Order: sequence, then structure tokens, then C-alpha cells
Amino acid sequence: MDTALLIEKSILVVLLFLISLGAAAYMTYFERKLAAWIQDRVGPDRAGPFGILQPIADGVKMFLKEDFIPAKADKWLFIIGPGLAMFTALITSAVVPWGPKLHLFGRDISLQVADINIGILYVFGVLSVGVYGIMIGGWASNNKYSLYGAIRASSQMISYELAMGVSAITIVLISGSLSLNDIVAQQSGVWNVLYQPVAFLIFFICALAELNRAPFDLPECESELVGGYHTEYSSMKLGLYLFSEYTSMFVSSAIMAILFFGGYNFPGMSYFSGNTLAILGIGAFAIKIFLFIFVIMWIRWTIPRFRFDQLMHLGWKTLLPLALINLLITGLVIAFKNGWF
Amino acid sequence: MESLTNRKKVVSDKPMTLWEKAYLPAIISGMITTLRHMLRKRKTIKYPEEIREFAPVYRGQHVLKRDEQGRENCTACGLCAVACPAEAITMTSEERKRGEEHLYREEKYAATYEINMLRCIFCGLCEEACPKEAIFLTDRLVPTYFERDNFIYGKDKLVETLDERIDITKRQHTGKRTQL
Repeated sequence: MDTALLIEKSILVVLLFLISLGAAAYMTYFERKLAAWIQDRVGPDRAGPFGILQPIADGVKMFLKEDFIPAKADKWLFIIGPGLAMFTALITSAVVPWGPKLHLFGRDISLQVADINIGILYVFGVLSVGVYGIMIGGWASNNKYSLYGAIRASSQMISYELAMGVSAITIVLISGSLSLNDIVAQQSGVWNVLYQPVAFLIFFICALAELNRAPFDLPECESELVGGYHTEYSSMKLGLYLFSEYTSMFVSSAIMAILFFGGYNFPGMSYFSGNTLAILGIGAFAIKIFLFIFVIMWIRWTIPRFRFDQLMHLGWKTLLPLALINLLITGLVIAFKNGWF
Repeated sequence: MESLTNRKKVVSDKPMTLWEKAYLPAIISGMITTLRHMLRKRKTIKYPEEIREFAPVYRGQHVLKRDEQGRENCTACGLCAVACPAEAITMTSEERKRGEEHLYREEKYAATYEINMLRCIFCGLCEEACPKEAIFLTDRLVPTYFERDNFIYGKDKLVETLDERIDITKRQHTGKRTQL
């Protein structure tokens, strides 16, 4: 491994880290603004012009709050919980191809931290680990509401991961690769969503459930569980939990854009080349991510929360069979096309 | 029975059709509703910068008026304090000395005059009771404070200054009493 590659990747990692955190911070602002607009309000507008300094003010406030650990809590797990949630939310972005190759200083720079050939598997693996942050935090708090929130989160994540995985397999079947880079490159003509609208719908719904976003925000359902798994958390530990939610929302939007909406591909790509193409590609990808985030927030402020049995019913009796049927049909079509019958 | 309005709605509990069970059409129509709200014009009045237009008879912070020559109208008769249903007004009176004619219109004046703004209900009965056209409610707002003491307004805050007269021409009781 040469030094230049090491430097290049380090810069990319730091940049990604900062961008993810910055995006998450401004998503909190955007979410509050959007909620206000939907409810015919103005939203935060005091800190700076249009309130754009609000996330910074919120961050400072979080740091200045008392960092409290309950007496009966499992101290170490209580501290590890939010860190783990944040960690898993951040590392997913390592396999995301953010754009076509950049050509700088006589080198081809790949805008992907790690081009591993099992990209999708990695994403799903990290998503499954993601439940530990919530589970450990909720359990270590030694509080019934926290524990209920954690249990709900884990059962919900496990239930929806199935349908999500099955709908992702259809994409793997179409593209014939588990690498996210290949999946994006192969969508330069037609985006996967046109081949697999049902799979996309299932994936999107499951992603909402995985993110614990409304209408599936039962783990932190404030009308029943006070604050859910982060009831006992305060100060920046709470901040990390809230932050990790927004970071994973950012990364999930990126994954959805990659799997179904062509990643950094955009119509009329063939007219550009080199660094112009790379920058436009990054821009197109950013717009897609933003649109996904917008829709996720829009849904949150429109649809009321599910009841828990309705949630399980939807996951196991509707989405999973639908995903399986979709997978079966996709498999049959591919088999016919390849002349295996 | 014939209904008086057309607002009657017959509810039914018939099972949902497959289309309704899919929920997606309902969700989309709901999202269109919220989108419409998103694009709507905001009706918020951003308070410190913009101030809502007051009604002409708005009853806000009191003012103790001076006459055209700059003399205080109040004669400390105490009718406002008696009229006050919240018992917010207290005063002490004093006799006008020789040489103070340019300060006070009547021979007796209020040495102190205090209104407790936490007690005051802004009903305007003091204004109605006043025979000297001395006290009026204005369209100014009483600000908030952290200490209770600050809400007790003395003459320093209530009496209008000579160079900054408070306009009370919109008040409903203005000038009515002199016509009697």
C-alpha cells in the first residue's frame, strides 16, 4: 500500500465524517423547519438569518446540560450505548460510492472509502449491529420505559430486516453483484426503481422502520414511553442518540439512492467527462439524498404512529410475503431471459 | 327526521375494501394535504419586529396625563382606586405648595401613585371613574420582568413626559365627561 493512497483515504474518511455530522446537524434544523411549515408555523428563526445557527445553539446547549447517570444504571454500558449507536450510524457510509472517480494530482481518486465486493452485506451487517446501541442504552438505564423502548426497537428492526433483505436481493439478482460500486455503474442507463417499483416501496417502508422514524417511531413513542430508550439520557449522550438517528437517516437515504435511483448517475451523463462529470455526479447524488430525506421527514409530519400489533402485522403478514412474491417473479423473469427453461 | 343542516354524515362500519386496506392512496392524499400546508403563506406575526395592529379601544399600559400647559391632571381623589376591581391602584396625596402651580393643575396632587401591573386586569374602570381625565389606558404593552417588584409602576413610569406626550385620542372615554 503506498503512502499517497493512505493519505487520500484518510482525507476522504475525515471529510465524510465531517459531512455526515454536518448533514445530521442541519437535518435537525431542516426537520424543525419542515414541521413548522406543515403546521403553518415559521419554525426556528431567531439564531442567525432564518435561524441557520440553530443547530450550533442546540449543540452548545446539549454540551452545557448536566451529564447525569442514574444510580442504578449499569455505568459502562450506559456510556457505551450512545457511542455505539453513533459509531454504527457512521461506519455505514464507508462503502457508499459518493461519485465517479476524481482525477487530481495525477491520480485517479475513488470517492469510496472501501470498495468491498460485498457492499450490501456489509450495510445489512452494520444495520443489524445498529440495534445494539439502542438495546444496550435502554437496558443499561435500568428504567422500564427505556427497556420497553429498547425491546420494541430490537423486535421491530429484526422483523423489518427480513422484508428489507429480501427486497434488496432482487436488486442483487438484477445486477448480479453485491458491490455497491457495480450496482451504481450498472444503472447508468435505466434506474432500478423502474424494474423494481414494488421492491423499492418495500425497501423504503422497511428503511423507515429501521430508522425508527414515524410512522414506526414506537421505540421512542413519547405518549406511551416518555422518551423510549433514551428516557434516562441527558446532555451530549442524548445528543449522540438523536444525532445517530439523523446520521443513519442520511446514510440510509444514500443507500436507497444507490440501490434504486442510480446513485450518482443522472440523465445526460454521456455529455460530460473527467472531473466535471465527477462533480456533477456528486451533485446529483446529493440532490437524490436530499429528496429522500425530505420525503422521510414529510411522512413523519403527516402520518400518525402505528400500534405495535399493526406494526408486526404489516411487517410479517404484508411486506414479507409481498417481498417474497416479488423475489420469485424477478427470479422467474431472469431465468426465462437467460433461457434456463 | 329532516336535518336542519347539511353537515350530517352517516358513518358506517363496513369492512374496508382491498383498495382501502392498502392504505397507500390514503397516505398519498394525506401527504398532499400537508404539502399544501407547506406552501401556504405564514400568518405568523414575528412579535418584537412586527407588532399586531391593535384595536382602537385596546387597553394596555396606563398613562397619567398632563394638560396642555404640562401640569399633571391627577388630583389624587382616589376614585380610580375605589373603582379598581383588582385593587391594583394605591396613592398618597399632598397639597400643592405655592410655586408649584406649573406642576400640578389642582390644589391637591398625587405624591405617589402606584399601579401593580400583576394585579391589574386592564378593565379600564379607572379611566371611566376618573373625573379629571388624568388616567388613560394606552396601546402600549407592559413588558415582562424577572422580579415582582418591577411590576409595580410608580409615577416615574406612569406620568407622561413633557416632550413625549402619549396620544390618547382614540380612547372611548376621552372628552365625554366635559360635555356633561
